[in-house]
Amino acid sequence: MTDTQIPVTTRKDWTSDQEVRWCPGCGDYSILAALQMLMPDLGVRRENTVFVSGIGCAARLPYYMNTYGMHSIHGRAPAIATGLAVSRPDLDVWVITGDGDSLSIGGNHLIHALRRNVKITILLFNNQIYGLTKGQYSPTSEQGKVTKSTPFGSLDTPFNPVSLALGAEASFVARTHDMDRKHMQEMFRRAHDHNGAAFVEIYQNCNVFNDGAFEKITSKDARADNLIPLVHGEPIRFGAELEHGVVMEPDGRLRIAEVADVGEDALLVHDERRDEPGLAFQLSRLARGPYEPTPIGIFRAVERPEYGAAMTKQLLEANERRGPGDLTSLLASGGTWTVEA
Amino acid sequence: MSTATRHQTTELDRVVIRFAGDSGDGMQLTGTQFTSVSSMFGNDTATLPDFPAEIRAPAGTLAGVSAFQVHISDHDILTPGDQPSVLVAMNPAALKTNVGAVAPGGTVIVNVDAFDERAFEKANYTSNPLTDGSLVGYKVYEVPMTSLTMEVAKAAGVKPRDAERSKNFFALGLVSWLYSRPVDGTLGWIEKRFASTPLVLDANTRAFKAGYNFGETAELFEVNYQVRPAALEPGVYTNITGNTALAWGLIAAAHQANLPLFLGSYPITPASDILHELSKHKHFGVRTVQAEDEIAGVGAAIGAAFGGSLGVTTTSGPGADLKSESVGMAVSLELPLLVINIQRGGPSTGLPTKTEQSDLLHAMYSRHGEAPVPIVAPMTPSHCFEVAIEAARIAVKYRTPVIVLSDGYLANGAEPWRLPDPATLPDLRVEFATETNHTEEDGTPAFWPYVRDEETLARPWAVPGTPGLEHRIGALEKEDGSGNVSYDPVNHERMVHLRAAKVAGIAKDIALLEVDDLGGIGAAPVLVLGWGSTFGAIAAGVRRVRARGLSVAHAHLVHLNPFPSNLGEVLGAYDKVLVPEANLGQLAKMVRADFLVDARTLSKVQGVPFRAAEIEEVVLEMLGATSGTTIDEEDVAS
Repeated sequence: MTDTQIPVTTRKDWTSDQEVRWCPGCGDYSILAALQMLMPDLGVRRENTVFVSGIGCAARLPYYMNTYGMHSIHGRAPAIATGLAVSRPDLDVWVITGDGDSLSIGGNHLIHALRRNVKITILLFNNQIYGLTKGQYSPTSEQGKVTKSTPFGSLDTPFNPVSLALGAEASFVARTHDMDRKHMQEMFRRAHDHNGAAFVEIYQNCNVFNDGAFEKITSKDARADNLIPLVHGEPIRFGAELEHGVVMEPDGRLRIAEVADVGEDALLVHDERRDEPGLAFQLSRLARGPYEPTPIGIFRAVERPEYGAAMTKQLLEANERRGPGDLTSLLASGGTWTVEA
Repeated sequence: MSTATRHQTTELDRVVIRFAGDSGDGMQLTGTQFTSVSSMFGNDTATLPDFPAEIRAPAGTLAGVSAFQVHISDHDILTPGDQPSVLVAMNPAALKTNVGAVAPGGTVIVNVDAFDERAFEKANYTSNPLTDGSLVGYKVYEVPMTSLTMEVAKAAGVKPRDAERSKNFFALGLVSWLYSRPVDGTLGWIEKRFASTPLVLDANTRAFKAGYNFGETAELFEVNYQVRPAALEPGVYTNITGNTALAWGLIAAAHQANLPLFLGSYPITPASDILHELSKHKHFGVRTVQAEDEIAGVGAAIGAAFGGSLGVTTTSGPGADLKSESVGMAVSLELPLLVINIQRGGPSTGLPTKTEQSDLLHAMYSRHGEAPVPIVAPMTPSHCFEVAIEAARIAVKYRTPVIVLSDGYLANGAEPWRLPDPATLPDLRVEFATETNHTEEDGTPAFWPYVRDEETLARPWAVPGTPGLEHRIGALEKEDGSGNVSYDPVNHERMVHLRAAKVAGIAKDIALLEVDDLGGIGAAPVLVLGWGSTFGAIAAGVRRVRARGLSVAHAHLVHLNPFPSNLGEVLGAYDKVLVPEANLGQLAKMVRADFLVDARTLSKVQGVPFRAAEIEEVVLEMLGATSGTTIDEEDVAS
C-alpha cells in the first residue's frame, strides 16, 4: 500500500452483494443507506474498514457493507472491536449494535469500551424493543410497556443511552434519528473523525414490533417543535421560528422556555467541548422520553488520550529502553547456572 | 560467615523440606529462594507451594497457614516428595496443619517465640504441643526466631513493630546452614530485591546471617547436611514455574510465528501470573489488555486474531465457563485462538488456590453444538513452555481455537529447566491470504473466506488491510466455500462434518504416544495412562514398582483432542490400564468411549497432587503384588 492516494469510490463500492433482509419499512434501511453514501466521503479505504456487530436486527449490517466485517455473538462486539482496534491502530473499526445488544447483555463491554476510550465508532440502533426475538421489551422501552413478555406492562425503569454513555466517561456522545439522513451523516462523520471511542444513539423505528416509537418527535410535522438541535457555540433553541429555547434556572436545572419570555441572552449556549460532563448530562435528561422536546446532535466531544495509541506508546518506549525482544536473554532473565559436561 | 564448623556434616542424597507459617510470614518467598539457591548449587529440585485463597486470613489461625514444600536431590527427581523430612513451623497453626505430613522420625523446627496460650487457642490446641508429648517420634528443635530476629533488626534501625517481619530470613538462614547452602547467592538476592528499601534490606540481611550463625554456634543441632549436586544434563539452567514457562512459551510462539502477541485476560487465581509476566515484555511487542470480564478477555483476543495477531486469553475454571460461548464462536469463525485454563478445584468458585484436573470434559464439551476444539496439556512446569508453542502451532496452522489445560500445581510449582536454544524452536510462520481464490460465474475474481486447504482443511486467514479480500465472517452457519450465511440443512451437516474432520485430522500432525515400557510396548501387564500434571507422580510411582523387580508401563498424553493416532493400539496392547487423574475419571471416560477399553480410574480430588506411593500401591495391587516394605523411588535414579 505505497499508494497514499485514497481511491475515489461511490456508494456502490461500499455495498456488498448480499441481499438486505430487514423487514420492509424498517428504519435500519435508512441508516444503512446513510452510511453507505457517507463512506466515500470519509477519506478511508474499504480494506482498512471493519464493521463488527453482535446479535439483533441491527447486527446484520456488516453483511451489507463491502468491507471487512464480523457478525459476532450477543453483546460482545465492543470487546472484540477493542482487541482489533488496539492491535491494529491502522484500521477504522465500527461497532453496530442495538439497545438489547449493548445495553442489556453487553452493557459491561459498552461502558468499558467508552471508559477506555478505544478508537472505535459505536452506532447504537435504539428501537426500544427486541425485534429479532419478536417483540419483547428492551432496556430502553418505556416503563409499563405491554409486550409478549410483559402482558401486564413492564416494571423496569429504562436506560437513557446518552446519559449512560456520559456516565461511562465517553469522550464523544451524540444522538440522531433514522428520519434525517443529513443529520445522521453529520453525526457519523464527526463520530468517525473523533480520536477515541465515539458513541452515537440512533432513534430507529421498528415498524413491526414498536411502530411509531419516535413519531412524536421525528415525524416531519413534529420535528420543529420536538427536536432540539445542539450546535456547538450556538444558543440552544428550536421551533419553526426558533421561538423555544433552553435556559438554566438559578438552581441549576435546565428548562425549556419561550425566547420571547426570557430573551435571547438568557439562552444556554451549547459547548460540546466542555470538560465537565454535568451540563451534557442534564441536556440528555431534558426529555423524559421521545414524546416531548428532545435534544439531538453532539452532547459531548472532548479530547482525551486514546487507549490504543497510549498502548503503542508504551510498546515503543519499552523497545527504546530495552531494545527489541530477544528470546535468548528472555530465557536467561530469571538467573541461570551452568552444568558442565 | 565462618565456614569452620564443629559440626559433623552428613551426606544426604535428597531431602524434602516444608516451610510453613502465617500467610503474612513470607513462606512462599523463603521457599522460593531456598529452591533457587539449591538449583543454582546444582541440585535437582521440585516444589509444591500451598497457600490459602484468603490474602490474609486472621493471623495465627489454621485458615491462614501458607506452606511451601521443596524437594532437593543429588539425582533427578520427579515430584516435590511424598513426605517432608523437615518441617519449619513459624507458629502453632503451621505446626498443627503440617506436622501430620512429616515422615516418621522427621525434623520439626519451630519458632518457639510464637508458641503461647493465645496462639494455641487460635490454632485450636488445648495444650502446648511442644510439651504434651504429641510430637514424640519427631526431632523437635525449638528456636526463638522472633526474638533473635528482633534483636538484629532493631540494631539495623528498623521500628520494633516491623522488626519481627524479617523472621522468615532468620529461618532461611538457619535452614541454609542446616543444608550447607551457599550464602552468597541469597545475600545477593536480598540486596537486589530490597534495594529500594535500605532499612529492610539491612534487617533481612542481618536476620539471614543471624539464622545461619545460630545453626552453627547454638549447639542445638548435632549435625548438618550436604546434598551434593545432581548429575544433570550439561547446559544452562534456570528455575522456572509453570506460569512463567507458559508466558515465555507464548512469547516464543509469537516470535516463531512472526505474529504480534495479544493477550486479553481478566485476573483470576491461579492464572493471573501469566498476565503479569506478559505485561512486562512490551519490548517484544506484546499487547495485554486487562479486560472488564472473562468474556471481554476472550472477545478481545478473537478481535486481535481477526486482525492478524496471535490472540490469547488466560483463565481458570469459572472464567473458562464464561468463555465457552466465545470459544464456540472462534470454532465457527475458524480463527486461531489460544485459551489457557489453569485448572483449580471446582465446581463453581471451589478451591481457587488448589490444584485439580477436572476441566478436561469441560474443554471437550462445554460449548453448545458440535464444536470440537484441540486440547493440549503440559506435564511439568517447564513443559508449559513447549506446550504453549505446540498449542500455537496447531492454532495458526489449522485456524482453530486450542485449549491448554495446565493446573495450579504446574502453575506455581518450580523446577530446574535446561534452556532450549531458540534456534531450535519450530518455525510457525503462517501466510496470510493476499490473493483472491475464486472466480464468480461472470468471471470476476472473488475472495471466499471458507475455501479450505486440502491437506489441513484450514480456511484462509485474510486480515483487514488486505485490498481486494474484503469479506464478512460471522457466528451464523455459513455456506461451505463462500462463507455467506446459509440455513441450508445439507450445507449445515457438511460444515459440521468439515469442522470435526479438521480437528480430527490434526492427529496426523502430532507425535505418536510414547510408551515407557522396558520390555517394549505390551510387555508389562499394566499400563498407567496419565495426562497433564500427574506425570511426576506416575513416573515416580512406576520407578518404585520397577525397583521391586516388577514390570509396569507408563504413557502420558499431551494431546487430549485429538488423541495421538496410536493411542488405540497402545491401549489394546495391555490387559490392564490404570488412569490416575485429579478428577473422578474424565480421561478414563474418554478412552472408554473411544476405544472400549476397561480402563480403571484412580481418582484424587484433594486439591493436592498425587503422591508416588499412591500410584505405586494401586499398580502393585493390579499386579497382584503386595506393597510390604517401603521402596522409595527417589533413591532409584532413572
